[in-house]
Amino acid sequence: MKDFWIYLLILAGSTYLVRAIPFAAMRKKIENRFVKSFLYYIPYAVLSAMTLPAAFYATGNVISGAVGLAVGGFFAYRGKGLTFVAIVSCAAAFLAECAIRLVAQ
Amino acid sequence: MKLFLRGLRSGIPIGLGYLSVSFSFGIMALSMGFTWWQAVIISMTTVTSAGQLAALDIMIHPAQYAAMLISQLTVNVRYSFMSISLSQKVSDKFTGIKRWLLGFFMTDEIFAVAAAEDEVDPKFFAGLSVIPYIGWTLGTLLGALIGNVLPAIVLSALCLAIYGMFLAIVAPVARKSRAVLAVVGIAGALHCVFYFVPWLKANVSSGISISICAIVAAVVGALLFPVKDQEEVAE
Repeated sequence: MKDFWIYLLILAGSTYLVRAIPFAAMRKKIENRFVKSFLYYIPYAVLSAMTLPAAFYATGNVISGAVGLAVGGFFAYRGKGLTFVAIVSCAAAFLAECAIRLVAQ
Repeated sequence: MKLFLRGLRSGIPIGLGYLSVSFSFGIMALSMGFTWWQAVIISMTTVTSAGQLAALDIMIHPAQYAAMLISQLTVNVRYSFMSISLSQKVSDKFTGIKRWLLGFFMTDEIFAVAAAEDEVDPKFFAGLSVIPYIGWTLGTLLGALIGNVLPAIVLSALCLAIYGMFLAIVAPVARKSRAVLAVVGIAGALHCVFYFVPWLKANVSSGISISICAIVAAVVGALLFPVKDQEEVAE
């Protein structure tokens, strides 16, 4: 398992540098309006691309995934916090999963 | 100290979310043949969900070092954008050495919470990082040690936790800003194309497709809805 340590070095090293270099290097305020706008939108775009459509398949069942996301989306839209939304999403998916199994029997 | 404590408190929901997400990472690592301490070391040194998942797939094959580097750079390029974005909001106290140290903790969720501040103080950022880091480490350990005790139905439901967290970050902002809503819609719709078109799914890894979709959506947003100077700070 000497491979493990080499892999770990590449994994952890590249992840760290990708985060730290731009953070440490950018000491000036960006004035360019296009770049500023791009930087403002990028995190939301990343989160959305990570969520769609993967979240629907996260539970292994599209129906329970959709139920969890719908319930979570409802509360997120109402402005509830991160933990609350995460928990109700899981709970709703769990209940949906139970219901599906009951019906299937 | 006050700022540190406020950061600490703001990190609690992230830490709880990470607990369940890294729990599934621990289970997955063990099911792929890793030991519990390997799973924990990966989590403690890397602290990223998508990157670690991609890494497991590569690590089970011998000596694919270039593949590891390329996949990590593409999956993680978003962190560079977040770091640049946050560098525009940090206070004067965020000196060089603090950036090198605290940059380690730049995850999607820590970034999202920090970016909501008007001005990011290093003490706040340090406090904010503590509980997510503990949650990420502890969750991996628990998943690796006791993951197989939980019934499958509970485990599969827990996999939704991270996406619930994403929803809670995006929805309130998208509700207030049509521009953000449009950007989010473009990124999501575009990524569905990558997922459902068989040729694209077979030839483009999810790390790369996420970066492509996010960059395209953010460019469209920046062209159509350039942010006004004040608005960017306020929201």
